[in-house]
Amino acid sequence: MNRHVPPHVAAAERREAEGASLGCNDVVPIKQRGQHEVFCGLTSIIWLHRKVQDAFFLIVGSRTCAHLMQSAAGVMIFSEPRFGTAIIDDRDLSGMADMNEELDKVVERLIARRPDIRMLVLVGSCPSEVIKLDLPRAAMKLNARMAPDVRVISYSGSGIETTFTQGEDNFLQAVVADTPKAAADAPAQLVIAGCLADVIEDQFTRLFAAMGIDNVHFLPARRADGVPPIGPNTAVLMAQPYLTETAKMLAKKGATVLTAPFPLGEEGTTRWLKTAADHFGVSADRFEEVTGPGRARARKGVSLYLDRLAGRRVFFFPDSQMEPSLARFLSREAGADIIEVGTPFLNKAHMAPDLALLPSTVRLAEGQDVDKQIDRCRADDPDLIICGMGLGNPFEAEGRTTKWSIEFAFTPIQGFDQAGDLAELFARPLGRRDVLAVEV
Amino acid sequence: MQLTVWTYEGPPHVGAMRVATGMEGLHYVLHAPQGDTYADLLFTMIERRKKRPPVTYTTFQARDLGSDTAEIFKTACHDAVERFDPQAIIVGASCTAELIQDDPGGLAKTLGLDVPVIALELPSYQKKENWGAAETFFQLVRGLAGGRTPRPKPEGAPKSANILGPTALGFRHRDDIVEIRRILDALGVEVNVIAPMGATPLDLTRLPDADFNISLYPEVSGPAAQWLKRTFGQPIVATTPYGVGATKAFVREIADLVGTDPEPVIEAADERLSWYSRSIDSNYLTGKRVFIFGDATHAMAAARVASEELGYKVCGLGTYSREFARDVRAAAKQYDVEALITDDHLEVEDAIVAAAPELVLGTQMERHCAKKLRIPCAVISSPVHVQDFPARYSPVMGFEGANVLFDTFVHPLMMGLEEHLLGMFREDFEFNDDAQASHLAALHGHTTYETIKTPEAQTAPDDNTQDVVAIGSEAASFGSLSWTDDAEKELKKIPFFVRGKAKRNTERFATETGVNPITIETLYDAKAHFAR
Repeated sequence: MNRHVPPHVAAAERREAEGASLGCNDVVPIKQRGQHEVFCGLTSIIWLHRKVQDAFFLIVGSRTCAHLMQSAAGVMIFSEPRFGTAIIDDRDLSGMADMNEELDKVVERLIARRPDIRMLVLVGSCPSEVIKLDLPRAAMKLNARMAPDVRVISYSGSGIETTFTQGEDNFLQAVVADTPKAAADAPAQLVIAGCLADVIEDQFTRLFAAMGIDNVHFLPARRADGVPPIGPNTAVLMAQPYLTETAKMLAKKGATVLTAPFPLGEEGTTRWLKTAADHFGVSADRFEEVTGPGRARARKGVSLYLDRLAGRRVFFFPDSQMEPSLARFLSREAGADIIEVGTPFLNKAHMAPDLALLPSTVRLAEGQDVDKQIDRCRADDPDLIICGMGLGNPFEAEGRTTKWSIEFAFTPIQGFDQAGDLAELFARPLGRRDVLAVEV
Repeated sequence: MQLTVWTYEGPPHVGAMRVATGMEGLHYVLHAPQGDTYADLLFTMIERRKKRPPVTYTTFQARDLGSDTAEIFKTACHDAVERFDPQAIIVGASCTAELIQDDPGGLAKTLGLDVPVIALELPSYQKKENWGAAETFFQLVRGLAGGRTPRPKPEGAPKSANILGPTALGFRHRDDIVEIRRILDALGVEVNVIAPMGATPLDLTRLPDADFNISLYPEVSGPAAQWLKRTFGQPIVATTPYGVGATKAFVREIADLVGTDPEPVIEAADERLSWYSRSIDSNYLTGKRVFIFGDATHAMAAARVASEELGYKVCGLGTYSREFARDVRAAAKQYDVEALITDDHLEVEDAIVAAAPELVLGTQMERHCAKKLRIPCAVISSPVHVQDFPARYSPVMGFEGANVLFDTFVHPLMMGLEEHLLGMFREDFEFNDDAQASHLAALHGHTTYETIKTPEAQTAPDDNTQDVVAIGSEAASFGSLSWTDDAEKELKKIPFFVRGKAKRNTERFATETGVNPITIETLYDAKAHFAR
């Protein structure tokens, strides 16, 4: 099947072939300070508490934190979520109650009610950080009492320090820090870092096994004790682009952190898998043989949406740090024209392989002044705006077409067999506009 | 420190947002960390508002704490006034900003802005959303109407009223005010201002011109209405026009205030609840046990309608509005129940299980809980979700509101004849209580009564969780009692919606009379004993 190659992609590819350009890597991002219309790191608990099946995430925060969790979850998932908020009140703040004792009481009640919990995660919030409540120390003390039945760790998901997916980064960093170091002669292992849907983990596990890489672990693991010791025996392949602190901690433990484009779309997934395959010495033939069918399926899946996406002008507001990779997929595999890629934080090292594949005409923006970004977006008048839930309907009411960005964090989109689903996510609002005979 | 999973109310600054978002020409500058902007989506997603809430967040970060968060606030405030050109602004802090004590009110005043600045002090660690809305509205009214003189009215001019209380994200506020306006029109009363919803700061300066105030949602409008009464002598119409009786009382109260005859308005009312409730097919509603929980205004009013206008038996009444605990306790006494005053949804769930109701009228929380327990339910109060903003006209106040209430309170129940047939032919292979009621979505495959797989028919598309839970009322079983096999089989012939109650009554009866094991005889002895 012929790939649709718009001129700017062709130009970028030519430059790349000539070794003349770094794609978007030498683009200086816009950095503005203003209102950030983004979630805080607590929000990542919404998927983490489902992923790690014997962990409980206890936010130590305010009523606002609790309200955020139920509002951002969109649905109130009433089947006993494995998260909760210990709400600080004025008795705690005025010193009438000892906050550490209060926290102990909350934890006691919680563990009594949920004896199945093996890992208790204390999660710092804006208020707990501002009043300098020492959660690492609280975790240490609780751990001394409750280990080995319950392991207690802590991290900060506060909005003053983290944006959305950075909460997962801090959590994984804490998990890795708390993981034993592997022996020097431990067998080689591959750790895939970053939360993935279970079905995608299984797909990747099968692909690696077919390449002869059997010792594969996922971070976070589905159970609290599922993370193996980490050491020089460990190669890490990041499945998510937001793991700055986790990668540092893994490297500190002696692991080798590989960088690759992230596994979105046929190209991203292939290059991502190839990076691991090369590290483990998988032969080119074997790699081709194992990935060939998946690559073909991915191309076929995406091809169904090309007529909707090719040539469309797309604007990304910052959300999950996945934006550069998503833009690269849309640009390279669906032929879309990327105008602006906003991202809450740009880790240039981790993102370099993706940025290299983006045309240098793309405008990068790190951080946010939402009012000014909305001004730019209106001026650009794109065909599709990828933005958060606070902005989506107001843009639609202006007659624009939007896609909620949070769906990219909540939908299985990585890997060959989800490439078509990923394209469909972008294509759906455009298709819907074509179908509907009603106006706003 | 209190362990919380779900909350009935957000923090007080969200209440302030509900006021600001309901109004026009007002802007809210909120000193808050990154992430607090989540509150925008309540309005843009749940209420599907077409505009972003008029809120500027300073979104300070950890690195700003060491330098100058106050400067960030001043810049944000200045930029917001320039960009949005509001008639007035309100300024305040969210929970985190409250801790860093930057004093947004004081800072805003130093900027020399050419619009009125109303400073809000909303203690986040003590108070909650509705209090925040009431305080914000009160401060706005006091700040903008204070010191004004009512405009003199020409002789013979029609009387006029303010409708106070409707906000953004309010339960059916959008449609209620249409209904109230309709009643005022019929009585020949002019609407002076509706606020906060739809009002501008300039409109608030005209509040004193009205002859009286309608405090439609006291959770929000109470303090402002009281202040207007004290300051300008405006009487308050405090009857909540919810249900037929209360709406008639509301009409009469206003007619009395303005000196007109209410009866033609009442006679002309297009109200069907009364007849529907009197009609013979509604007989089976008599004594239906209903558990009611919500904000104080809606919960108390719903109890009155359920009891007086539909003939239900109120078996539980409660509220999360602690500010109105006394009123709700007094109301509960009329129904011989102990009022439940709590903001812990697990406590509400326990109370529902204990009360064994046949219908739950509650908030979105109780809807989920009732779904787990397989009890029919309708939502009558905030907290709200998308489906509480129906596309159709759907007030709960006024005469049309009463019509809506009849449907809302009755339709979740099985229809009368269907209930009878279930009672008579309990073992019909395709029409039994393991099958869902016909008005609910068919469950695929056979489901045993102990475990249920939702979603049910009313489930919104946002709600695709699969709850598999033991029925609470079944689980609540007395200690060491045993049942004979025959008795247990007989128990299963009782339709599921009353089986829990039958089981507990029988076990209580057995305990009290010292019977063990429970036989078929015990079951029917207990039935005779507890016959209602």
